[in-house]
Amino acid sequence: MRKLFYIVQKEFIQIFRNKAILPLMTVVPIMQLIVLSFAASNEVRNVQLAIVDQDNSEYSRLITSKIKNSDRFILMDNPPSVKLADGMMQSGNADIILTIPPQFEKNFFKNKTGEIQLLVNAINGQQATVGAAYLAQIIQSFNQEIRLDAVPQLAVMKQFSSPQLRIENSNWYNPDLSYKDFMVPGILGELATLLVMLLTAMNIVREREIGTIEQINVTPIKKWQFILGKMIPFLFIGMFLLTVGMIAGKLIFDIPIVGSLWVIFAYCLLNLTAVLGIGLFISNLADTQQQAMFITFFFAIIFILMCGLFTPIESMPKMAQYFTIPNPIAHFVHVMRSVLLKGSEFSDVAYNFKVTAVLAVVFNSLAILSYRKVS
Amino acid sequence: MLRIFLAFVKKETFHILRDTRTLVILFGMPIALVLIFGYTVTNEFKDASISIIDQSKDNLSHEFVEHLTASGHFQLTNLPNNINSLDGEFKGGNVKMGIVIPPNFEKDFFKKTPVTIQLITDASEPNYATTLTSYASQMIFSFQKKYSKSAIPPYQIETEIRMMYNPKLIGAYNFIPGVAALILMLISAMMTSLTIAKEKETGTMDLLLVSPLPPMLIILGKIMPYVVLSFIDAVLVFAMGYYIFEVPIHGSLALLLSLSLLYLTVALALGVLISTKAATQQAAMMVSLFTLMLPTMLLSGFMFPIASMPWVLQYISKIVPANYFVQIQQAVMLKGAGWESISHPILILIIMVFVLFAAAWKNFKVIYK
Amino acid sequence: MENNAITAIGLTKKFGDFTAVNAITFEVKKGEIFGFLGANGAGKTTAIKMLIGLSRPTNGQATVAGFDVFKQTNRIKENIGYMSQKFSLYEDLTVKQNINFYGGIYGLSRKKIIEKTASIIENLNLRSYANKVVGDLPLGWKQRLSFAVASVHDPKIIFLDEPTGGVDPATRRQFWEMIYEASNNGITIFVTTHYMDEAEYCHRVSIMVDGKIEALGTPRELKERFKVNSMDDVFIQLARG
Repeated sequence: MRKLFYIVQKEFIQIFRNKAILPLMTVVPIMQLIVLSFAASNEVRNVQLAIVDQDNSEYSRLITSKIKNSDRFILMDNPPSVKLADGMMQSGNADIILTIPPQFEKNFFKNKTGEIQLLVNAINGQQATVGAAYLAQIIQSFNQEIRLDAVPQLAVMKQFSSPQLRIENSNWYNPDLSYKDFMVPGILGELATLLVMLLTAMNIVREREIGTIEQINVTPIKKWQFILGKMIPFLFIGMFLLTVGMIAGKLIFDIPIVGSLWVIFAYCLLNLTAVLGIGLFISNLADTQQQAMFITFFFAIIFILMCGLFTPIESMPKMAQYFTIPNPIAHFVHVMRSVLLKGSEFSDVAYNFKVTAVLAVVFNSLAILSYRKVS
Repeated sequence: MLRIFLAFVKKETFHILRDTRTLVILFGMPIALVLIFGYTVTNEFKDASISIIDQSKDNLSHEFVEHLTASGHFQLTNLPNNINSLDGEFKGGNVKMGIVIPPNFEKDFFKKTPVTIQLITDASEPNYATTLTSYASQMIFSFQKKYSKSAIPPYQIETEIRMMYNPKLIGAYNFIPGVAALILMLISAMMTSLTIAKEKETGTMDLLLVSPLPPMLIILGKIMPYVVLSFIDAVLVFAMGYYIFEVPIHGSLALLLSLSLLYLTVALALGVLISTKAATQQAAMMVSLFTLMLPTMLLSGFMFPIASMPWVLQYISKIVPANYFVQIQQAVMLKGAGWESISHPILILIIMVFVLFAAAWKNFKVIYK
Repeated sequence: MENNAITAIGLTKKFGDFTAVNAITFEVKKGEIFGFLGANGAGKTTAIKMLIGLSRPTNGQATVAGFDVFKQTNRIKENIGYMSQKFSLYEDLTVKQNINFYGGIYGLSRKKIIEKTASIIENLNLRSYANKVVGDLPLGWKQRLSFAVASVHDPKIIFLDEPTGGVDPATRRQFWEMIYEASNNGITIFVTTHYMDEAEYCHRVSIMVDGKIEALGTPRELKERFKVNSMDDVFIQLARG
């Protein structure tokens, strides 16, 4: 046990002497948290909209003003022709072109129907398609209004002709549907995992590259002592990081903390143990730091994209969903969200605890087995 | 001089080719990324788990439940008796939405008294919750429609929506350019900065600097193989986009590839700049990670719409090279644009090359003079 | 056997088809300074690595400090010190921290570590450097510090792999003084070198050529056998085959 203490002590001295690591543990995660939380949003705003109003009637102006009232659109200078508007879209200055045809208002009363055309730049799916959906909604509600305007008796007729189903909506745990409340806890989990994995992966391989590992290998130190000595400092770093992140999340974003922090920290400890195992395993496999880093990135990107942080795991194909089981980040994100937002208790996330425990055992066994003192 | 330089490049190339692990990842990474984005990263939903709290249990409510679940989008996980049990189910994460059918459903429905269906979502995942609610609402309306007599009401404004450039709404139109930008940045910039930082760390840099080649050529020789490799990767991404995900290349392929080279040069310049600053590989990696990889992923507009971000991030996104490269690719590939209509992003990338190399050169001279 | 610090019989290491060390047999007596000579690539480092338990022999047998190189590598490691040809202390730790760390993982008591630290710093005249990071030391001092750290746990045998590579003659001389002092304290020294003048300092030397031991004896015996005046000439004769 005393030998272990000396290894841990040495690692800590090295970590704190390394000028790159300290800011990495404090400033960078907070920056990350802020940038990510603001950037990684699926809310759609500031859609560039060009309205080609060829009718110039009371109704067409009404539609325009209704759209103006919505804060999701930026109205571009109204181009006089569809052709010019097309040019705007081609050069990226318009996401959507809304065309109100000539005689729109007149035809509405004459033919009892009207048509409005939306040209949507569908390359960047979200911005434009979600924007188009909003526009369609606005047009619909405008339609309702003017229809009652035109034929008031319709309203009465309809009410008695068919059954009435109303929908009442309640959003639990996050009534304002705040996207930040959703993202911040997940990002925290992802950041802690990513950083710890990278740092550990590069650690042993660095000693090998510089040559210091040889001096260690001729000492009677045991494999498990060495590995454990490497792990403990990084566990501390990970926990520290999570704590800093939680405080930042609370102060900056006022994220809800409904559940028990004990569950969060206990799970974090378990999860980081598993992640450390992956890092050390990679470190043992790689010959150079460059290699280690590259392997880590490879897995990190896959882990992050498939952890449910940005898009729900439930939406993936069944096969892909199985791949998320050995992904520690997926479990971390899930536990953070469940406990912080919904107040899930230990029993609710026991499944994640169990899986992660198994992962920790597997990855760390691999790490110890793959560490060779003898060639 | 050229002969020495070529010999040097050859040596570096062998060095990389011998490292099979890195090679596997070098080519595995773009493939994996394209497949992941193509098949798993989606906001569509299938088989969402729901609970239905049926307080009527009459014929019509059974029919209603059937109607909701028939589409395959909803999977009925549970039929609890009261709303309170939803809390436990949400917390365990097994159920995402609860639908409450009020008592006397059938009777009220046919009496045409308004009936209120309650939709309760686990809004800790706001987007998913919104999607589920709007889908359920659609299903409820279509159920209601089945029992309504009147056809389409008159005085209807039809909204004709035409999806330009991407009529089938293929996600690949968006992520293929993004992945190409990400891969090129990752490999050329990061590998470059690491390779040079490694020479510094292990002390072999001094050895190289006394060789007959000028230092800048040495650095160029070291990064040459990565240029070729990342270029192959870019082609790989385009090819996968074309053959698997039907991403067309309407514009000129030559233009697309030469602009990829331009972007690659920006990435290399960034890598060299980082390496002149970073003393160790770990430092180089951390700087690359946080100044290159994450901005490229987040602020290039391929994962999240930039226009919807706070203005600070919108301004930062203007100095992210990937942003311009994504624009260029989309214009050339999907809109069939020629170089005139994308002259603005091209110009910015060219300016970036000059500024970055000048900065790198200045740093380099400070260190090695 | 009782008097031998190291015994090797037919020790062999193969890497695939290549035989790096080909059935070498020798013994090193307790307290001896044993020079292990050979050109670069002759197999010296591979041989040393087998003896200190970093590399598993393909064939043959050997004992180091009375322990078997196959089964008792950990007991061997407790009893030996090793200094590799590449400087391998932590450059980002201070002199004191390095000593403290290696003392610690060799299981010395806290009191013993403090004593050792004081005596090493005293003997090497490193007082002004004690709290500086090792990376800032001049090369000669780094190597003497490496030697001191390799013997921090008072091992029975110290293995030195090309310990004086790249330093000036004066520093090499100082280094050999340290070796003699250790030897006077009863520590067995196993040292590889390709400086033939250093071979003269050894009690006995062996010369390896292409994985085999081609000559073994005291420097004087070897010079007489090959009828030359210096170890350098002995070596040249052997290398020519």
